[in-house]
Amino acid sequence: MSTQTQLSRRGALAVAAGAVSGSLLWPGSGSAQAQKPAELKVGITTFLSGPASVFGVPARHTAEMLFEEINRAGGIGGVPVRALFVDEAPGTDHLVGEFRRLVQNEGVHVMFASISSGSCLACTPLSDELRKTTILWDCGTQRIFEEGRHPYAFRTQGYATPEVLAPLLYLLKTRPDFRTLAVINQDYAWGRDSWEIWKTAMDALKPGVRVVAELFPRLGAPDYSTEVTRLLAARPDVIYSTHWGGDLVTLVRQAAERRLFDRSTFVLPVAEASLQILGRTMPAGHIIGTRGDHWNNHPRPRDPARLSRFVESYRRRQNEYPIYPCHHMYQAISAMQAAYEKAIAAKGGGWPNDQELAAAFRGLEFATPTSTITLREDGQGLEDQIVGVSSFTDRFPFAVPKDMIIFPAAMVSTPVGQKSVDWLKTLKPDLLAQVPAPIAG
Amino acid sequence: MAGWLEQNALLLGLALLDGLAYAALVFMVAVGLNMVFGVLRIINIAHGSLFAIGGYAAASLGLFLAARGLPDWTGYVALVLAAALVGGILGPVIERGVLRRIYGHEQVLQLLVTFALFMILEDAQKLIWGVQPVSNDAPLRLLGTVDVPFGEDVIPFTAYQLFVLPGVALATLVGLAWFLRRTLTGRVIVAVTTDREAATAMGIDARRVFLLTFTFGAGLAALGGALASPTTTLVPGLGAATIVLSFAVVATAGLGQIEGAAISALLIGIGRSAAVYLAPEFEVVVPYLIMVAVLLVRPQGLFGVVETRRV
Amino acid sequence: MRRGAEISLALLGVAGVLAAAWAAPWLRFVLTIALAKGIAVLGILLLLRAGQVSFGHALYLSSGAYVVAFLAPSLPEALLLLPLAALIAGLIGLVAGLFLARYRDIFFGMLNLAISMVFYSLLEKLYELTRGTDGIRVEPPRVAGLALTLEAYVWAMLLVALVLAVGFGMLVRAYLASPMGQALAGIKTRETRLEFMGVSARRVLLAAYVLSALMGGVAGAIVGMTTRHVTPLLAYWTTSGELVFIAILGGAGGALGPFLGAVTYELVRVYAAAAFAEAWQAILGVVLLLVILFAPGGLWGMLLGLLGRRPGRAP
Repeated sequence: MSTQTQLSRRGALAVAAGAVSGSLLWPGSGSAQAQKPAELKVGITTFLSGPASVFGVPARHTAEMLFEEINRAGGIGGVPVRALFVDEAPGTDHLVGEFRRLVQNEGVHVMFASISSGSCLACTPLSDELRKTTILWDCGTQRIFEEGRHPYAFRTQGYATPEVLAPLLYLLKTRPDFRTLAVINQDYAWGRDSWEIWKTAMDALKPGVRVVAELFPRLGAPDYSTEVTRLLAARPDVIYSTHWGGDLVTLVRQAAERRLFDRSTFVLPVAEASLQILGRTMPAGHIIGTRGDHWNNHPRPRDPARLSRFVESYRRRQNEYPIYPCHHMYQAISAMQAAYEKAIAAKGGGWPNDQELAAAFRGLEFATPTSTITLREDGQGLEDQIVGVSSFTDRFPFAVPKDMIIFPAAMVSTPVGQKSVDWLKTLKPDLLAQVPAPIAG
Repeated sequence: MAGWLEQNALLLGLALLDGLAYAALVFMVAVGLNMVFGVLRIINIAHGSLFAIGGYAAASLGLFLAARGLPDWTGYVALVLAAALVGGILGPVIERGVLRRIYGHEQVLQLLVTFALFMILEDAQKLIWGVQPVSNDAPLRLLGTVDVPFGEDVIPFTAYQLFVLPGVALATLVGLAWFLRRTLTGRVIVAVTTDREAATAMGIDARRVFLLTFTFGAGLAALGGALASPTTTLVPGLGAATIVLSFAVVATAGLGQIEGAAISALLIGIGRSAAVYLAPEFEVVVPYLIMVAVLLVRPQGLFGVVETRRV
Repeated sequence: MRRGAEISLALLGVAGVLAAAWAAPWLRFVLTIALAKGIAVLGILLLLRAGQVSFGHALYLSSGAYVVAFLAPSLPEALLLLPLAALIAGLIGLVAGLFLARYRDIFFGMLNLAISMVFYSLLEKLYELTRGTDGIRVEPPRVAGLALTLEAYVWAMLLVALVLAVGFGMLVRAYLASPMGQALAGIKTRETRLEFMGVSARRVLLAAYVLSALMGGVAGAIVGMTTRHVTPLLAYWTTSGELVFIAILGGAGGALGPFLGAVTYELVRVYAAAAFAEAWQAILGVVLLLVILFAPGGLWGMLLGLLGRRPGRAP
């Protein structure tokens, strides 16, 4: 921590206590943008407490690990990077205050915003207001870029529409004969939105499926016995659930114990992050997704050495495999590195200001271990989606997908300028003909 | 029409079975909270955290024993042992270290002290067990499932939820009732609950009773968590969610009431699972609606008697 | 405490807030939120005078914020939204209060909690209406008919909060000194005596409750217009706990206590979160514990002690 910010903090406290000592208070480095800074500060908002910290803390560990690696290799453009973390859990008023503090007082150069869609919806307008490049590094809501323009915000991974549409297409492609379906989603925005997306697309691609139960238990429910009983009694062909984290673990365990997996095929688009904890409890033969293409057993990664290096060094540090938020963090950091390189090159070696940095992000193409992601003109990243069927191998002590299908991002993403639900209504069953064949094994 | 009725009667039968298991868990938490209130006159907001910590401890201990290659049944021993450890350590630490200093203070301060404890325990739990979901379902798997007939069909229920949970809750209820009415220590506790001044005047050492009751209540909360750990998944935030639910049970029951806690846990447990079948939209608000409805009619709770005998 | 001394302390506080906000831009937002919460805590203070703790005032805070969220698109004027939020929160307070004023002590606290949790669940559940946990974005409304730049808007909200804080502070001070306020203290000490004197304790408590709900609504409206994004978390029980926390931290003595407490609370939270992002909650818990165990008069009491006066009730 630099002495300057230390002083300004203490100064601020002193003022609040009534003693005015103005000279110590000027913000750290907000105006010195165009010169090369002593360090590149990155503000990262993530869940460090509450149920979603199952995503937030591994992502934090990833950021710390990668920043160390970057600094060992000489930083970005010769400048060492430093992360400042903010907890999303205390609520929007705290988060918005912290975002402002990081930008206006700490003088961060880039913000990474949020796991929760609510947090992202609160932070993107701030990026407009403060003109601060903000990477939406994990949240999935389709509303951000479909309901407004945000010149300083960029999402370096996929989002809700492709993450739901890809598993649906996988189901329609591999098991087209189902007639009844039940949904059990967490009762909040993601659970509701992901059901609306699924239902709209399903009605367009396979009309006439009967929905026999729509269950929306509350977020963080400790027990699903009643829901499981109801699903057992209803006997749907397919059960769709976008549960995540501890909730998904509870649901799978209770359903598996009572043989619900024998009666119905599950489609679990966010399963990946919970599979390690579930271990052998996760039944084989059900459709699983990972909110992107970053499975640790990706069948044909772009850079296999880089992928296994990342997976192994994360395992060494944390004693567990990285989960999808780790990969999303990796993508955000890769995008930041690529954008700085692009901006510095465009300026002939000079350090970019906020506008120049944001300009570098637009249309940016950057490499991840598994593939290449392009940021569209609206700021949305195009990330491929991989869906497969849960299975067990000797390599992993937990379920991994087999018979994977790689869905090209453009095929499953809403075109720029359209709203997801409107676009999904226009889908035709012949879309299935374009779906690539599963990669055997 | 008759078919519809029959079908739904069957469904409600299933809801009853689900509600029973849920009620058993809720009762375990609420009864400890209620006893502590009866004696100490403190609503312990950190009670939910003790539930969560009990669950974590039980899961860790169970996994530890299993990793040592001990037989599966030791998993059940782990549940009880973990609860006893959590209650036996945290109970006295909290009572002696913190609560003892504020017995004479205003009620709001007492409430806030436990709120502070809640905040501290939530973070402490995170520091110890991390944020990844923790679970150990060995005790659940060991007993297998029981097929309950459902018309032509059968619905598998786990034996653990069908028998163990309600069984332990019932044993706790009966055991507590016996303890409080038939043993000397129990009667002392009842005496302090009923009239603290008179009991102290008669030479009862109220401080010892406070310590004992709080430790016992903490142990019950931890046992609730331990019993829940095979079926649920332990994640940060569990304590916060548990405590509001147990408040609802306790206030519905009448403060200090033990049998009342059992009845209102049943009411809330079955009400909630019936809502999942009939009106899933209202599942979350059912406990509070039951509570408000009961308190509208009986402001002292179902079994609360205005300032007379409690427990 | 003498009236003059309290006024000069208040003026000093106003000057301190303005100086801090002028010097450090990020503090403008934090101080606005702190002042808003201080206003809500004034309401808690009223009820505390009667010995009653509400563990559900997040209900009024969030209803004020959601009034702003729902009405701002059709009525983009801060000076109209504020009284509307006050009115609606006050009405909710009246309806709930008619029921709640019958209860005392732990039942009063728990029923407040239950009602606020029902409200919280509904905010989460009625997805079509409230957008669930995603929450609702609030576009900056006009202030006194002026469409301000964002920079000026942040200042305007701080000034609005400051004026309202001073106004409500004076109102609560006067209210506590009035017969209605004295009767509140009567509920705490000996309620039956009040009834013998022909004063309806229920009506006394109800009046204070409605006033506290109204102030909660105003506070929520400020929070909503300042954060410009409203989510159900504002109605969760931990937010209610936070308000009571601030009340005790500040000290239940005078009308300045809540603001002292709120500013301290927000700053401790910001610094604890910056230094120990994973344990800020435990740090706040320890602070609270220390205050209760060693300075039960709160910061206000400590301040009075420093000024050489015995902590006591003002006025």
